Amino acid sequence: MNALQIRNLSVSYGDTRVVDTVSINVVRGESFALVGESGSGKSTVLKAVAGLAPQWTGEISVFGQPRSKGIDRAFASRGQMVFQDPYGSLHPRQTVDATLSEPLAIHGLGGQDARVQEIMAAVGLDRRFRFRLPHQLSGGQRQRVAIARALMLEPKLLLLDEPTSALDVSVQAEILNLLKRLRREKGLSYLLVTHDLPVVSFLCDRLAVMREGKIVETNTVDALKRGRMTNDYSRELIEKSALTTSA
Amino acid sequence: MTTVDWLLADSPSSRMQARLGRWYRIFRALLRNPLAVIGGIIVLALIVIAAFAPMIATHSPIAGSLSERLMPPDAQHWMGTDELGRDIWSRIVYGARITLAIVALVAVLAAPVGLLIGAISGYFGGWTDRILMGITDIFLSMPKLILALAFVAALGPGIENAIIAIAITSWPAYARIARAETLTFRNSEFIQAVQLQGASATRVIVRHILPLCSSSMIIRVTLDMAGIILTAAGLGFLGLGAQPPLPEWGAMISRGRTFILDQWWVATMPGFAIVIVSLGFCFLGDGLRDVLDPKQGGKR
Repeated sequence: MNALQIRNLSVSYGDTRVVDTVSINVVRGESFALVGESGSGKSTVLKAVAGLAPQWTGEISVFGQPRSKGIDRAFASRGQMVFQDPYGSLHPRQTVDATLSEPLAIHGLGGQDARVQEIMAAVGLDRRFRFRLPHQLSGGQRQRVAIARALMLEPKLLLLDEPTSALDVSVQAEILNLLKRLRREKGLSYLLVTHDLPVVSFLCDRLAVMREGKIVETNTVDALKRGRMTNDYSRELIEKSALTTSA
Repeated sequence: MTTVDWLLADSPSSRMQARLGRWYRIFRALLRNPLAVIGGIIVLALIVIAAFAPMIATHSPIAGSLSERLMPPDAQHWMGTDELGRDIWSRIVYGARITLAIVALVAVLAAPVGLLIGAISGYFGGWTDRILMGITDIFLSMPKLILALAFVAALGPGIENAIIAIAITSWPAYARIARAETLTFRNSEFIQAVQLQGASATRVIVRHILPLCSSSMIIRVTLDMAGIILTAAGLGFLGLGAQPPLPEWGAMISRGRTFILDQWWVATMPGFAIVIVSLGFCFLGDGLRDVLDPKQGGKR
């Protein structure tokens, strides 16, 4: 069974078609990357799956269950999203504890105290951070909180929207290692959106390259590493990425 | 570890400590602002005077002796007496109760209603927004005092009706502020994150949006208190607020108008009281704005 199956997904804002008949399969336990330049529609695919872009057509199913449009309470415990900007994705007036307890409170789950401590340990946050407000945390710590929050309901699918691009280079590595470890430990599946190809080769098994709302190529990360991408545009993207990375 | 260290701890160990620590920081920042301290002292004095009025007043606020009418301020009557021989100081002291009651009741009635309507309007948008803001705009477009006058005229004069009338005229401004604030973070990622966790709209508004609006609301209400006091005094002056013999400050000025040239103290003393208390609330509100402003919250 696939963790995520998207068939012929199209999203339009007004007359502009942002995502055009995109089909993706994410196998259970797999980490799948959507890459492309900004404006290629890759984030919109993620939003459609999460329920934040409800004007889509096509089919989305998560662990075999068809996904309704819009936000859905039942989906919350199957898939969660981690946002790009850890400065904007945490409530400025809520402590780490309140942020992490909220998903449990929403679903009426007990044992909040123990669960919060457990998840903080899992994402490598010291317990002294528990009652701090977001402005008392660094960017990396905030992103750990955001990841911890996404894991509170124990979903098996994580939607990652450029989870490291707003962070310092040194912190990026920590967060990537954390994501890699969590995936192994908890048997998670990832759908990762990024424009950073080194992140893809570190964290993912397969990738799809998007351009102007369409997928131009789906291939393995192994092919990316060996320079065996077939599409011209994909190769161009890799070359550009290599230039900026070495520069 | 001293209490202060405990309050300012960088990594509080309980929710209670974190919350108390935040309040303590706000309190300290407020103390660094001299005007806010003056405002705070005035407001505190108003509360103390209202609470202990029978002990502070030297005479009865209602019974006077006609042999002592219109006496200038002296040792016996600190602020003189009015045309019925009543001690003005005692009347002002008891009047503090009425003023405080008006201010507190208006704040309790108007601010939460405005806050809720604004947040609902901003969060849902669309038709909900259009209808609620249409109603708000209708109320907002009418001059406050005139609207209050119309309500009091319809409901009948009296202090309760004055309070209701002022509350009805002051919620729209709060609704507008709350809506504007809500719009700024309705689509922010931390709200989307809670929505993705399956939170109901009620929960998002009550637990996540209202706390963010509340600090600007507290500031606005404190700043508006002066206006509320003046409106109440205005209604009292026109004879539509508190009815005699209640010692309402506006009504007292109104009575003193007849004697303003020869017996200046009759109208001036309650006038002073109104000015000082209004100023006190203004200073306090201004200080609170500096401390509670969400845009500065992160820096302190």
